[in-house]
Amino acid sequence: MTTPVIEAVDVVKFLGAGAGRVQALRGVSLSLACGQLTLLMGPSGSGKTTLLSVLGCMLTPTSGTVRVRGHATAGARPSELAKLRRDHIGFVFQSYHLFPTLTALDNVRVALDVRGEPAKSAIAKAREVLATVGLSHKENAFPHDLSGGEQQRVAIARAIVGDASAILADEPTGALDSANGHAIMTILSRIAEDPARAVLIVAHDPRIAAFADRIVHIEDGRIVDDEQRRTPLPAGIEGGWLQPAPAASCLAAAANAVPFAAK
Amino acid sequence: MSLIFRLASRNLFQDRLRFVATVVGIVFSIVLVTIQLGLFLSFERMVTTMIDHAPGDLWIVSRGTKCFEDPSLLNEHDRTTALSVPGVKEAVPIVIGFTTWTVPDGGTTPVFIIGSNPSTAGLHPWNLVKGDLAALAAPHAVAIDQTYFGRLGVTRLGASTDIREQPARVVAISNGIRSFTTTPYVFTSLAAAQSYIGTSPDKVSYLLVHVAANADVARVRQLLMARLPKVEVLTPAEFRTRSRTFWLFGTGAGAALFAGALLGAIVGTVIIAQTLYSSTKDHLNEFATLRAIGSSSRYILKIILCQALLSAVIGFALAGSIGLVIVRATAETALPIVMTPTLSLGLFLLTVLMCVASAAAAIAQVIRIDPVRVFRQ
Repeated sequence: MTTPVIEAVDVVKFLGAGAGRVQALRGVSLSLACGQLTLLMGPSGSGKTTLLSVLGCMLTPTSGTVRVRGHATAGARPSELAKLRRDHIGFVFQSYHLFPTLTALDNVRVALDVRGEPAKSAIAKAREVLATVGLSHKENAFPHDLSGGEQQRVAIARAIVGDASAILADEPTGALDSANGHAIMTILSRIAEDPARAVLIVAHDPRIAAFADRIVHIEDGRIVDDEQRRTPLPAGIEGGWLQPAPAASCLAAAANAVPFAAK
Repeated sequence: MSLIFRLASRNLFQDRLRFVATVVGIVFSIVLVTIQLGLFLSFERMVTTMIDHAPGDLWIVSRGTKCFEDPSLLNEHDRTTALSVPGVKEAVPIVIGFTTWTVPDGGTTPVFIIGSNPSTAGLHPWNLVKGDLAALAAPHAVAIDQTYFGRLGVTRLGASTDIREQPARVVAISNGIRSFTTTPYVFTSLAAAQSYIGTSPDKVSYLLVHVAANADVARVRQLLMARLPKVEVLTPAEFRTRSRTFWLFGTGAGAALFAGALLGAIVGTVIIAQTLYSSTKDHLNEFATLRAIGSSSRYILKIILCQALLSAVIGFALAGSIGLVIVRATAETALPIVMTPTLSLGLFLLTVLMCVASAAAAIAQVIRIDPVRVFRQ
């Protein structure tokens, strides 16, 4: 097995205070490996978003351990958590969260700007990644000029432009029609083929399951099922899977219909 | 262009109505502060204009004199004593005081008499546009400023009237010698001034001391103080300070001007703070997204401060333009609003300070923002 990008061990998380205090996570252990697309599924209120927030270093666990590239998040200051997010994690949100006043190019570039990357190289990288998601021709478009699918592709470009080793996506197809949802999932599954990245997607839509290498079910703050559908290659061996699942192979073909060049 | 600047400027300009409100707030505030401080500077200059134009090294004044316009009197023999002090070249007597000018078409108006013999290095009218100083030596000769033609009811050289029921004839006309009290200055000879005011010929208001070229002013001053223990000997700088302190703070005029300026700054700060806070609140999701993607607090602070500074620069540019128009419009009035490079720089720094201070509420809001918010929206 490859070294996990993010590893959670026995994570407990309480939210709120006083009478409103609830236990959102009850001893969750989960590790995300490179070259794998993990789907986190569960009913509303099951703890999916809390787990995503804890794994994404937005929240720290009440107890248990979370390590991102070997760095423990317990007791970390907000600035240290921000650095972990900046250096290692890319986010994709259901409602895109693009900056409405910035162009597609600048929306991607902002992820590098917050890291202090010089403008010239940041623009070059942002252009390259926009091309990767098939939006070279839209780099000067503002979010309101883009379709939902295009906006989500810009958001994905923003998540991957900084070479984040974990991409955490919260309902990335939740606001899209099926064709755009399919295209977005194709892009994310291609990203997950990168042996240097792990992708975790939180979703309700069962159609997304076809793209997953692993499906984790969470209920009432506990992982109740962890289905490994394909196993990533050991570190140092690139390309493909030991046993490609038939569904995944079909979707990989479909992804080729979308302008996308794997990094 | 820096992405921080781009984000800040677009956040600022996105809601144009709110941006206009912000700029109006800054402009209102800075114009108000400009007027108040400009008036303060103008007032500060005008209350010492006579001291500034008197060519002496020291002033001998009655003990407790508060300002130039304070009509306390000295004895003529103090002049003799002063002249006996080594190093004193001349002690020019000056008489001042309020009296009544008869307007030729009827009625009277108060005037402020300044009497000093034109042959001495005393206090004489400057900026003469008609007539000459030597003519003031003639009996009943006076000099007036053309600013006050309307008030005095005379418009030409040679015009005659009465001052305190004694004849007076205009022999010289100056331009720009205005009084902050709005009471016109009338220059005349020493004897005429004593007569117009009704002062005894052996009484004077001030002695303007000229120190010999090779004498030390400080030393002469010490000697004068020793010889004249019942009066005060002031340097021009001390007399200026005393006059300013009295008029600006003793009367409350300066405090009122400062209070107006402070009020302007507070109103401006509140308006900017309100609009900046509301703009930040409207963009909370974007700030939460920045937080989520790992931006440092400093990065976000830079955006908000950049917004504040942009508001400051735009607001100051407009306020400065309006201020210049006001300065020009008041240039010929009794109390012109003064604008100096230092005041301009100070106002710009005040604008920046106001805007940055205004950003505090917005910053506090953003600092508390929870990046998890991005999952809930």
